[in-house]
Amino acid sequence: MFYRKKETAVVYSQTKLATGIYDCRIKTPAAKAARPGQFIGVYPKDASHLLARPISICEADSENSVLRIVYRVAGEGTKEFSGYQEKDNVAILANLGNGFPIEEATGKTVLIMGGGIGIPPMLGVAKAIKDADKHIFLGYRDIETFLSDEFLPYGSVYIATEDGSVGCKGNVLNALATTTLKPDIIMACGPMPMLRAIKKYAEENDIVAYISLEERMACGVGACLGCVCKTTHKDHHSHVNNTRICTEGPVFDAREVDI
Amino acid sequence: MNTQVTIAGVTFKNPVMTASGTFGSGMEYSQFVDLNELGAVVTKGVANVPWPGNPTPRVAETYGGMLNAIGLQNPGIDVFIERDLPFLAKYDTKVIVNVCGKTVEDYLETVERLGDTNVDMLEINVSCPNVKEGAIAFGQRADCLEDITSRIKKVAKQPVIMKLSPNVTDITEMARAAEAGGADAVSLINTITGMKIDIHRRAFALANKTGGLSGPAIKPVAVRMVYQVANAVKIPVIGMGGIATAEDAIEFMLAGATAVSVGAMNFVNPYATSEIVKGIESYMRRYEIEDINELIGCVK
Repeated sequence: MFYRKKETAVVYSQTKLATGIYDCRIKTPAAKAARPGQFIGVYPKDASHLLARPISICEADSENSVLRIVYRVAGEGTKEFSGYQEKDNVAILANLGNGFPIEEATGKTVLIMGGGIGIPPMLGVAKAIKDADKHIFLGYRDIETFLSDEFLPYGSVYIATEDGSVGCKGNVLNALATTTLKPDIIMACGPMPMLRAIKKYAEENDIVAYISLEERMACGVGACLGCVCKTTHKDHHSHVNNTRICTEGPVFDAREVDI
Repeated sequence: MNTQVTIAGVTFKNPVMTASGTFGSGMEYSQFVDLNELGAVVTKGVANVPWPGNPTPRVAETYGGMLNAIGLQNPGIDVFIERDLPFLAKYDTKVIVNVCGKTVEDYLETVERLGDTNVDMLEINVSCPNVKEGAIAFGQRADCLEDITSRIKKVAKQPVIMKLSPNVTDITEMARAAEAGGADAVSLINTITGMKIDIHRRAFALANKTGGLSGPAIKPVAVRMVYQVANAVKIPVIGMGGIATAEDAIEFMLAGATAVSVGAMNFVNPYATSEIVKGIESYMRRYEIEDINELIGCVK
């Protein structure tokens, strides 16, 4: 189902999950059409900040029309959002992007990998994938392992922390190296060095990897060409090796992007 | 109540257009706005061959505005004619194609290719601040601007709008040069060259270091320049620069613009163009204005 509107939605709830990490639920009909891996644009009320902040959808409750976003305060816009409370208005542009190809994981051994603020969208992915052998790798900076407990019902959870305070010391690939897993498919979101390492690992082991990319964007709908990513093939839209992350992505087959 | 305006013999149902580069070829925003409501769609710049554009980051937000350095990424004229023009032909709106190039020959090739198509007007981009060769050099020297305008006019089958850069000492000199070269209209302003530095990373916010500033932050500069140019040349002026609302659009018309374009604010409010069309009509009703042309340049 395709749904795309700019609308004034209502904050259903907001809580702080960890230092600088907020969990906001938004009441919007967009939730009924949202797919794991899609994102929304959230507009600051302060008119000096014009552009929507792209924030990934953590999960969608279609029954109650509630979208959940979990985001990090990174600047003035997200700082403003973190002050929103239940019943406050919030201007959003939703839904945006393509999302993960969930069905491709059916019947397979799938690695669901998230790093830092790339973890939240992977919760929706972990929930949505059915009938698969799911192994969930979560990489954090330190002991603040936000959302990790929520993944437990959906597969085997492996945690890595940069400072070694919880789980394996290092990143998600260090954690993977401690196992004997032979995955068929990977779905991942996280910082660029992590995604580059996953792309390399997938290519070396001949595994399909879907990675979710991030870039500064203005329109979010494919018009401004701000958020492009270099690609190995010319895509149907650009006819140059620069594809739109907001529209053809944010989720790409790792083999198709030059990161 | 008449909302029609005419530029170089082309009549627009209303003066509201899209600013080149902010609206693609209309496809992306057609899911928000009925393109039939618009005076014209002005397309993203197209060149004779595909251009890859600049590295990322290409955009950065600034106070009340944004910087961009897309670098005129475009799929080239072949794809544009095959894919984008048939899409736009489905709508009852005028089509203005923005043409970019690195050399005079590049521009002429694209203009000639468009000669056999059903586009209504051409807008010549001699003012993009984000490509290193050609382009803006033509728009910052009056003799170069007059020369390229007259050469384009010799081959163009459609009326020609020259899009002017604000990054000059005296924009009226550039507008007069375009007029002397035979331009049918001028559009202004393109973006104002700017820069942003991320103090935490101690690095430029844009990969290109500099970018073009747009959005409400530049509106007073744009209104001033539209006023100056409208009083310096006889050809019509299409005004743009930070237009967010019908009130902004009317301000540009009072300053002397025959038509107006909505740019960066499409990103902020994807319904902006349609809302501005309706807002202008309600302004006309409120002040009992029979003909929108009464507004053009009426503040002296």
